[in-house]
Amino acid sequence: MATSTQRHRALGLTDAEYGLIVDLLGRDPGDTELAMLSLMWSEHCAYKHSKKLLRRLPTEGPAVLMGPGENAGVVDVGGGLGVAFKVESHNHPSAVEPFQGAATGVGGILRDVFAVGARPIAVLDSLRFGEISESERSRYLLEHAVGGIGHYGNSIGVPTVGGEIYFESSYEQNCLVNAMCLGLAPHERLIRAAAAGPGNVLVLLGALTGRDGIGGASVLASAELGEGDEAKRPSVQIGDPFAEKKLLECCLELLDSELLVSLQDLGAAGLTSSSAEMASKGGVGLDIDCSAVPLREAGLEPFEIMVSESQERMLCVVAPERVEEVIAVCERWETRATPIGAVNDSGRLRVLSDGDVVADLPVGVLVDDCPLYDLAPAPPQTRLYAPPPAALTGEESPGEILVALLGSANLASRRPVFEQYDPVVQSRTVRRPDDADAAVLALPTGEALAVAIDGNGRRVACDPRRGAAEVVYECAANLACVGATPLGLTNCLNFGNPEKPHVAWQLVEAVDGITEACRALDVPVVGGNVSLYNEAPSGPIFPTPVIGMVGRLADPARAGRLAFTQEGDAIALVGEFAPSAVGSELAKLRGEEIAGPLPLIDERAVQEAHETVRQLVGSGSVRSAHDIAEGGIAVALAECCVAGGLGATVALPEGLDPFAEAPGRAFIVSGSPEALAGLQVIGRVGGDELEVAGQLEVAVSELHEARERGLAKFL
Amino acid sequence: MLGGVSPTVKFGVIRFPGSCDEVDAQLACERVGEAVILWHGDHDLQGVDAVVVPGGFSYGDYLRAGAIARFAPVMVEVTEFARAGGLVLGICNGFQVLCEAGLLPGALLPNTTLRFIFRQVSLEVATSGSPFTRACAPGDRLSIPVKHTTGRFYAPDQELARIEAQDQVLLRYAPGHNPNGSLADIAGVCNEARNVFGLMPHPEHAVDPLTGSVDGLAIFESIAAHVADSVPAGGVPG
Amino acid sequence: MTVRARVLVKPKAGILDPQGQAVERALPALGFTGVHNVHVGRLIELDVEDPARLPEMCERLLTNPLIEDYEIVEDADS
Repeated sequence: MATSTQRHRALGLTDAEYGLIVDLLGRDPGDTELAMLSLMWSEHCAYKHSKKLLRRLPTEGPAVLMGPGENAGVVDVGGGLGVAFKVESHNHPSAVEPFQGAATGVGGILRDVFAVGARPIAVLDSLRFGEISESERSRYLLEHAVGGIGHYGNSIGVPTVGGEIYFESSYEQNCLVNAMCLGLAPHERLIRAAAAGPGNVLVLLGALTGRDGIGGASVLASAELGEGDEAKRPSVQIGDPFAEKKLLECCLELLDSELLVSLQDLGAAGLTSSSAEMASKGGVGLDIDCSAVPLREAGLEPFEIMVSESQERMLCVVAPERVEEVIAVCERWETRATPIGAVNDSGRLRVLSDGDVVADLPVGVLVDDCPLYDLAPAPPQTRLYAPPPAALTGEESPGEILVALLGSANLASRRPVFEQYDPVVQSRTVRRPDDADAAVLALPTGEALAVAIDGNGRRVACDPRRGAAEVVYECAANLACVGATPLGLTNCLNFGNPEKPHVAWQLVEAVDGITEACRALDVPVVGGNVSLYNEAPSGPIFPTPVIGMVGRLADPARAGRLAFTQEGDAIALVGEFAPSAVGSELAKLRGEEIAGPLPLIDERAVQEAHETVRQLVGSGSVRSAHDIAEGGIAVALAECCVAGGLGATVALPEGLDPFAEAPGRAFIVSGSPEALAGLQVIGRVGGDELEVAGQLEVAVSELHEARERGLAKFL
Repeated sequence: MLGGVSPTVKFGVIRFPGSCDEVDAQLACERVGEAVILWHGDHDLQGVDAVVVPGGFSYGDYLRAGAIARFAPVMVEVTEFARAGGLVLGICNGFQVLCEAGLLPGALLPNTTLRFIFRQVSLEVATSGSPFTRACAPGDRLSIPVKHTTGRFYAPDQELARIEAQDQVLLRYAPGHNPNGSLADIAGVCNEARNVFGLMPHPEHAVDPLTGSVDGLAIFESIAAHVADSVPAGGVPG
Repeated sequence: MTVRARVLVKPKAGILDPQGQAVERALPALGFTGVHNVHVGRLIELDVEDPARLPEMCERLLTNPLIEDYEIVEDADS
C-alpha cells in the first residue's frame, strides 16, 4: 500500500499543497478526506491558475440577475422572465469516447441551467477537431461527437439551434467540445445553490450512484484491482437523456411548488463538490450519510461514493416538513429521491458511513482555502505553431480561390451536421441554423431572444489580445444581424498548460482582450468555464476562447435573415472595414505563418456599425444582413448568394482585398435601393452569377456545389 | 374558428415520461379548439373529442420506440375510444406507439441512413377521404418537418397491398423527399375504419408563420370539422 | 427455480437491415474478407422463475413479431 507521500502525489496534489492541508487540518487527512480534497483542489474544480485572472472580466450590468459563481448566469429579458445560460467544456472525455463525452457534456450543461430553476430552451455547440481531410481519427471524433450531441439533445426535447465547427491540426490530439445551454424562468422560480437553514434535509435526486469517473482516486481503494476488474471502474460515463428528462420535469415542478430551499447539480467531483459548494455559499455545515446513498452496485467505499461522477443526479435542500411532498412529486416523475443528510451550523462537512465518521473537514478547507496561483506570463520566444501545409499553388485566380475557400472544411455547409439535430421542439424557433447569423427564439412576451456561439483559435494564436476581442465582436455582430441587442455573455477558455509562461501569456492577453471588448460593447460576463492543459507533446492547442452571447429583439417577425432574396435589391457594406490577410482562412490555405498583429480595432466604429445594422434590421429596412467573417467579403457575398439562390454584381472599394479578414466589424446588407440610399452601396442582387468587378465571376450553382460538398464528403 | 352553433372541439394530448412535443401539439390544437394534456398514468380521457399521441422519446425509446408506452394505463382508454370510432392522431413517436399497440398496420424501422434526420419535407396528400385530410385536396403539397431516427414505414407485402387498395395511405413523401426509405414513400396511414391516423412528419411544427410553414394546420382543421359534423344538430355532446 | 435466460432478437429475414449492411461494408476496410449476411439485433438477458412464460413475454413485449424473429437460450447451469 502506498505511503501518504506517494498517495497525495498520485492524486495530483503537490507536496506544498499537501503540506498546506496538513497545516490547515492540524493532522494528516484520512482516505476519504484526501480523495475529496484532491478533487476540490484540482485545477478543474478550483480554477487555481485562472481564478485571479478571471476577476478582471466585467460582470455587472443592469440586466444581470445572477452573475458568475452560480450554476448559470441569468439576465432579465422583460415580462418577469429571466434567461439563464452558460457554456462548458467536455474536451478530455470527448477525446476518449466522443459520443458519450459529447452527450454527457450536453447533459451536464442542461443540469447547470435547470439547477437555477430555468427550463432549458436551447443548446448550441462549439466543436474543434484536427484536419478531417487528413485524419481518420478526427473524422471519427466529429461523427461521434455530433451523434452524441444529437442523441442527448433530441431525446430530452431541447432544440439544438446553432453552433460552430472548425478543423485545425492544432486540435488533433486535443479536440474541443464546448456545449452551451439557454433556459427560461419566471423570476420567482430562480433559485440559488446556497444551502441554508440548519435542520433542513439534504435530498439526493435522480440516478443511482456507481463508480463512474473515479479514475485517479482509485489509488485509495483498499482492495487491489485485480485483472478483469477494470470493468468495475468505467472510465466513460454513459448519459441517459430519458432519466434527465424526468429529473428536469421533476425539478421544475418542485420549484413551481416552492418545495426546495436550494438546488445544485452534481457534476465534476460529484457529491463532494456539490455539497461543499452548497455549504460554502450558505455559510453552513453539512452531514452526509454515505450509507443512505442509493447505489448501482454493492461494495462502494465511502470515498468512491463521495467522488463518483454518475450522471443525472441533483442535490437539494428541503425543509423537514416538506420532504414527504418532495418524495411524492419525484415518484410521479419516476425519479428517485433519498434523504442523505442534513444542514447544520457547524461550518464543517462531515461524511458518515454506517455510523462512523469517515471525513470531517471545515468547509473552508475544501473551497476557499485552496491556494490560487499567479500566472507568470511571458511572450513566446520561439514559434509555437508550425504553419499548415499549403493547399493552394499560388497560381489560382480569385474565382478559383473563392471556390476553394467555400469548399474548405472550415467554411463549407454544416447541413450534414445540423440535420442530425432537432431545432424546432418547444415551438419557439424563429430562425433555424442557416437562416441567419444567430438563432432566434420567440418569448412568451412577444419579444424574442437571439443567441450565437463563436470562437477562434488561429487568429488568437496570431495575436491573443485582438484575436480574443474579435471573438466577442463577432458574436455581437451575429446578434446585430438578426436585430438583437446583447444582454450578456458566457465564455469558455480552452488553453494549454498555464504553468508554461507562453501559455500564461496567451491566457492573460486573451482575458484582457475579452475584457476590453466587453467594456466597449457594455456586455457583462455572467459565467463561464476554463479548460486548461490541452497540450500534446508538440505543444499547446491554439489559444481558443469561445464566447456564447445572448441578446434581445423586440419583434421576432422582423428578425434578420442572411440570404439575398430579391432581384434588383441594392447591396451595401456597413462598417469601417480595413481587413488584412493575417490569420485568415486564405492564409491557412496558402500555408502562411501563424503570426503577426491583427487589424486595429476602432471600438467606436464597431459600436456604430453594430447599432446601424441593428436599426436597419429592426425597422424592416433591409431584406438581409450578414456579418463579414472568415473568408472576407467575397465569402460573405457568396454565402448570401447561395442562401438565396441569386447572384450579385458588386464592385469593391478601391484596394479592398476580397479575402482579407477583420471579423466583427463589417456587414453586408441588401434591400431596396431607396432603403439603402444613405449607405455605402457596392452592388446589386440579380442574375445567376456572383461577379466582383475586376476579380471574379462565378456561377452561383458552382458556389453552391462547392459549399454543399466541402464537409459532406467526409461524413 | 368554427362558426355557428358548433361547440369547440376538445383535443386530449397524451404525456408519457419522455414525450417532447406534447406541448407543441397542444399549442397547435389550440389554434382550432381546446386542448388538455392527458397524463399517461390516469385512466381518464376527460371527455375529449379527439386524442393526440405526440412526438418525442417516450420511455427513452427503450426496447423499441413506442414499445413500452403502448402499455401505459391511459392506452386502455385510448384503445376503447378508438374501437368505438373516436379520432386518434399519432405523430412520430405517437405513430410508433399506435403501430405497437396494433391500432395501426405496419411498423416503423430505423431510417436507411441510420441517422436522426431533421428536414422540412414536401408531402403529397393521397386522399382527402378521411377525417384527417378532408380539408385538403388530393395532390395538395404540404411543407412539414420530419425529425426522427426510426421513421421507415414497413408492412409485409400482403398487408401493404391491402393498405393501398383500401386507400389507407393518407400522406406520401413527394418525389425526392422521402427522408427515411419508407416503403411506397408512405408518410402516414390510417386504419381500416379511418378513425386512427399515424404520420411521421410533425404537423404541429407547421402551424405558425413565425416559426415555419402553416401547412400542418389543415390536419387539425380537418379533425375539428369532422368532430363538428359528428355533433347532433342543435345539441352539445354529452 | 430461477433460470438465467437470453433472448436473441434479430430483424426478420427479408426486411432491409441497414445496420447489418453498414457493418458488412465496414469489415473489409479493416482487413476482414469473406464475411456475408450480417444482421444486427438485440440481446435481452433475464433471470426468470418460470421459463415456460418466456415465449409469451417475447410475443407481447420483448419483440415486435411483425418485424423481428427471436431465439430463447436457457442457461443449463445457473
